[in-house]
Amino acid sequence: MLRVILHIIARDLRLAWRRPADVCSVVFFFILVASLFPLGVGPETEVLRRLAPGVIWVGALLATMLSLPRMFAEDFHDGALEQLALAPCPLGLVALGKTLAHWLVSGLPLALIAPLLGLQFDLPPEALATLAFSVFIGTPALSGIGAIGAALTLGLRGGGVLLSLLVLPLYIPVLIFGAGAVDASISGMSFTAHFFLLAALTVGGLAIAPWAAAAALKIALE
Amino acid sequence: MLSALNLECLRGERRLFRGIGFTLAAGELLFLEGQNGAGKTTLLRMLCGLTPPNAGEIRWQGEEIRHLDDDFHARLCYLGHQNAIKEDLTPLENICASAHLADEPLSEDDALNALEQVGLMGREDLTCRYLSQGQKRRVALARLVHERRALWILDEPFVALDTQAVTWLSGVIGAHLRRGGLTVMTTHQAVAIPAAPTRHLRLGA
Repeated sequence: MLRVILHIIARDLRLAWRRPADVCSVVFFFILVASLFPLGVGPETEVLRRLAPGVIWVGALLATMLSLPRMFAEDFHDGALEQLALAPCPLGLVALGKTLAHWLVSGLPLALIAPLLGLQFDLPPEALATLAFSVFIGTPALSGIGAIGAALTLGLRGGGVLLSLLVLPLYIPVLIFGAGAVDASISGMSFTAHFFLLAALTVGGLAIAPWAAAAALKIALE
Repeated sequence: MLSALNLECLRGERRLFRGIGFTLAAGELLFLEGQNGAGKTTLLRMLCGLTPPNAGEIRWQGEEIRHLDDDFHARLCYLGHQNAIKEDLTPLENICASAHLADEPLSEDDALNALEQVGLMGREDLTCRYLSQGQKRRVALARLVHERRALWILDEPFVALDTQAVTWLSGVIGAHLRRGGLTVMTTHQAVAIPAAPTRHLRLGA
């Protein structure tokens, strides 16, 4: 069972490697969105520091959104999804594998780049670390919730817009606790509670979301 | 082994077919016939369990397939309209990936052997994007060589193949049936599968 998940991750990573433009577009979108704010707002460090957690986290949400439509669409169009559905293992595990692969190519790069973007907002070193870690443990939840939306809008015309309308409201808790952790860190308060809640969202998302996504995929395949 | 009882399919307001039934024993071949749009592909997808029938049931060795689920999938090889191969991977990678997903891991030698049988030797490291339609079909067909599944459900397997490959594939299906396998297929081409008890089912008649 676990092997199937690993093979799906390996396959998707290999495909992402062959087409680096997909990963790069997500990362550069994130960089651009987060860089526009300091340019637009001006150089007052006090204001920038106040804005930073929210802006960077919203950038991460939007960048993740950008990559969601591709999650199942290609497998759907070239028939590979049918074969995945007919593989002798539950479709939920397949969806979990694809969710983890999606996180590795879209969530993890965001976590690695987030502290660099934080520098533009004059965040103190401790807050930078908090930012990177909060994006690191929060983005798997984004991939999980996003998988449900991607599966539900599979094969629909104009699915991209519908997908954002479906998924962005569900991202709100991740945004609140993610940005909250960084906020708390800037003002020198404890941020462990935020981390625990983020981790809970991620664990819950990865445990439940793939099965919901699998149910939606079955409907899309009918 | 495989039996269908009173299958019915509705597409919106339209009834594609109703009252379809057959039984297929080990070593038998079922040809699905019918005009374009008669519901052949839909029936094949029903037999795989991808599309649930609006009425009726499908049984594998006496048990309904939706109860068997993964146990049924482990006996089934479905080749659909689409090739289900990844254009960014090479034929070799495609074969190995699909073998892993089928939970029947393949050594590189076996994979190369399968490629040789489908006539893609020398193309194993070329990205599938650069292959012709017929060659892509051959990559998809390689699954028939290395996966040992009892039930083959093939949707237009001969499409885009040259005459040599058509002969080869007929032979492979014939050998599968002689081993006691079952095959359900559609085709618009007249092909002779050697030495097989053949049934015909006409949709939309």
